[in-house]
Amino acid sequence: MSATSPTAPGMPSESVDRSGFKATPDAGLRRRRKIANKVALSLSLIAMSFGLFWLMWILLTVLQYGVGGLSLTLFTQMTPPPGTAGGLANAIAGSVIMVGLATLIGTPIGLLSGIYLAEYGKHTWLGSATRFINDILLSAPSIVIGLFVYAIYVAQVGSFSGMAGVIALALIVIPVVVRTTENMLQLIPNTLREAAFALGAPRWKVISKVTVRASSAGIITGVLLAVARISGETAPLLFTALSNQFWSLSLNDPMANLPVTIFKFAMSPFKDWQELAWAGVFLITLGVLLLNILARAVFKHKVSG
Amino acid sequence: MMQNDAAVLESQMSFRSFNFYYGKFHALKNINLEIYKRKVTAFIGPSGCGKSTLLRTMNRMYDLYPEQRADGELTLGGQNILDPGVDVNDLRARVGMVFQKPTPFPMSIYENIAFGVRLHENLSQSQMDERVEWALNKAALWGEVKGILKQSGNSLSGGQQQRLCIARGIAVKPEVLLLDEPTSALDPISTSRIEELVSELKNEFTIAIVTHNMQQAARVSDYTAYMYLGDLVEFGVTDQVFIKPQKKETEDYITGRFG
Ligand SMILES: Nc1ncnc2c1ncn2[C@@H]1O[C@H](COP(=O)(O)OP(=O)(O)OP(=O)(O)O)[C@@H](O)[C@H]1O
Ligand SMILES: [Mg+2]
Repeated sequence: MSATSPTAPGMPSESVDRSGFKATPDAGLRRRRKIANKVALSLSLIAMSFGLFWLMWILLTVLQYGVGGLSLTLFTQMTPPPGTAGGLANAIAGSVIMVGLATLIGTPIGLLSGIYLAEYGKHTWLGSATRFINDILLSAPSIVIGLFVYAIYVAQVGSFSGMAGVIALALIVIPVVVRTTENMLQLIPNTLREAAFALGAPRWKVISKVTVRASSAGIITGVLLAVARISGETAPLLFTALSNQFWSLSLNDPMANLPVTIFKFAMSPFKDWQELAWAGVFLITLGVLLLNILARAVFKHKVSG
Repeated sequence: MMQNDAAVLESQMSFRSFNFYYGKFHALKNINLEIYKRKVTAFIGPSGCGKSTLLRTMNRMYDLYPEQRADGELTLGGQNILDPGVDVNDLRARVGMVFQKPTPFPMSIYENIAFGVRLHENLSQSQMDERVEWALNKAALWGEVKGILKQSGNSLSGGQQQRLCIARGIAVKPEVLLLDEPTSALDPISTSRIEELVSELKNEFTIAIVTHNMQQAARVSDYTAYMYLGDLVEFGVTDQVFIKPQKKETEDYITGRFG
């Protein structure tokens, strides 16, 4: 390699630049650069405030309308008929069960497929086909998935059910997890893989002990974002789990859930139903917000530590 | 340093009419070379001449990439390791490798070392503790990390990480250790520690080292191979190669008159 530049160590980099070869850069050029910099900065600031403005408005509205409906009875009482007091207990329980089971089913399938795509089938025919289909699934409108599960499951079994809702939500989780897992594994430098192989580790050990571990923060983040996404999905549940006015934990019966309840209550003319809908919206927003914060915290903690 | 050479000189690995290809590209051409047991062999030559490629054939690292292939003969202790029947994982336990950039695994310092050992041996907890200490000691890192074995390997400095990688490589107790520019990312102090380490390790291991640093090659190696564009141009005892090279190209390269 060539000799290093003859500047004294410890000098600020700006002056190193200048003493490099030219006395000073062209004054006009420098001014233009400064202006371009300012313009770019202002544009991105404007774009950011535009986005933040709507986000804040949404959050404030949700808070304003939703906070009034918050009370203990929200978590203890069932969804009421119009005109009577009640809560969202059955809908909350249903949502938690369906989202939880869908994540439990979808995560391992997505994780293993993502590992296959990144570590085994990178250039194979099966890998490319899977990647293509997964991309379609990832961008498919969720209502399509709802109708699909309706056709293959609900119509066959003959009734709406919690299980159908779980299947539909799992089908949304899978492509998200496949994609993030594959992407995160691709970020792992090949040198790390080779270092593990160089010790005589078989491929599955290299993957399970080294590469997946090294990308665990990204993968966990992906799963949390998938959970956030399905907690608010309405369309796929409308054709599958439908809703249930009563407390039911059976996966073979229609199951209450927050999104469909919100949809039904918000569209109704009844004041107390509308209020419950806002409370539900507030709960989901809060949940998704917390998941996002958790995802960021996990990522930051794992990556820096 | 090399008084009783004649008595102990024994070949550990040998290349016979060895060729290597990246797809259609012929990267190593008809190599014939001996790697002697418990000696340090340095590989020098301009960038792109095939030093890393050569090193990576010795533990069949190229097996990971379907378009790369080798032909000819490459033996380790008399056995041709290019035979398809050879178990590469066993081979890699016998031929360890340390890369240019430190590559600590995402686990604790202790686990970084235990990882490789567990793949090939079934040790009790206390035996494993001993092995980890032994390897860290050999790599001149024990004193710095003995109190923080549970910390992540990533929390060490670059030079410490590189010594951790060396410790990880020797913990498996290979017969041959391949070092590909192990000091190119390190400061002078870490570099000289690793050079000392190499000189000490050769009492137990056979070492092949790639370096761009002529002084380093002269300091640490017993044998030197000069390569150019996939050919092995010159191979011999380091002192001779540096003081009185047989070939004009070698001399030009060593004295910096190259290109
Ligand atoms: N994966 C690869 N696919 C195709 N060609 C490759 C590949 N890796 C290396 N080569 C080619 O093989 C030749 C030898 O490369 P190699 O990495 O062995 O050189 P080197 O001597 O180690 O160089 P350096 O000193 O820069 O590390 C080069 O011409 C390089 O372009
Ligand atoms: Mg190289």
